[in-house]
Amino acid sequence: MRSALAFLAGLVFGLGLLLSGMADPAKVLGFLDLAGAWDPSLAFVMAGAIGVGAIAFALARRRRASLLGDPIQSPTRSRIDRRLVAGSLLFGVGWGLAGFCPGPALVALGLGNAKAIVFVLAMLAGMALFELSQARPAPEVAARPD
Amino acid sequence: MTIAWTSFTPWAALAGGALIGFAAALLILFNGRIAGISGIVGGLLRPARGDAGWRLAFVLGLLAAPLAWLAIGTAPRLHVEAGWPTLIVAGLLVGIGTRYGSGCTSGHGVCGLSRGSLRSLAATATFMAAGFATVFVVRHLLGR
Repeated sequence: MRSALAFLAGLVFGLGLLLSGMADPAKVLGFLDLAGAWDPSLAFVMAGAIGVGAIAFALARRRRASLLGDPIQSPTRSRIDRRLVAGSLLFGVGWGLAGFCPGPALVALGLGNAKAIVFVLAMLAGMALFELSQARPAPEVAARPD
Repeated sequence: MTIAWTSFTPWAALAGGALIGFAAALLILFNGRIAGISGIVGGLLRPARGDAGWRLAFVLGLLAAPLAWLAIGTAPRLHVEAGWPTLIVAGLLVGIGTRYGSGCTSGHGVCGLSRGSLRSLAATATFMAAGFATVFVVRHLLGR
């Protein structure tokens, strides 16, 4: 049941990315290119997602457990530290170079796009490098806000 | 600044965004988890016991989305401008950066902002600014 729900959530998420046009790096770069012919679509994607998401997270906050009886693992960290900013900077540069962030890259990989396959492999390598750089096994499954 | 009216798709963007929000709603309300793609994928590299199943299922759902899309409609437009070396550098940066910064467009941008998290707002503002700056440098200073 948990896996079925997670599969459904992934499927709906992917369909949302496709419908919104965000699976297309050219469209994402059109948003990031403020000095060129600017395509504001991505801002509308965020507005739609946050509009629905805000209701869901408000409901979740009032619950002890999820509808399947699992703990609601909402992130607890609130500190804005160097890791957060440096990591986000690196991510933003990579995002701007290719027009891919993790979700759209996986959807494009599902379409069999060769460039998406290469991007995702490099992304996985980057994530593996991060894991290796952590001295102890990261205790992060529970508390990370990602 | 000029608006690209011909490629601007506000309604599809809003509707697609709502679907993304709905997916995040499903995951937090039923599974109690945050729909952050980089965290879900990254957590698969060194999963705790019993923690890999839902992550794998979510990723499979993402990968299946284009197949479902093709079954009901036409192939989506997808154009990757970046060359191969750029893609590899970009992928590495996205992989390291999202894990070091604990999130990406979905975890910080969608879920974090939906929760009203200031930490996620700082992250989102940072990666957006870096994205704007990078595209400016690549397209307008280097002139590609």
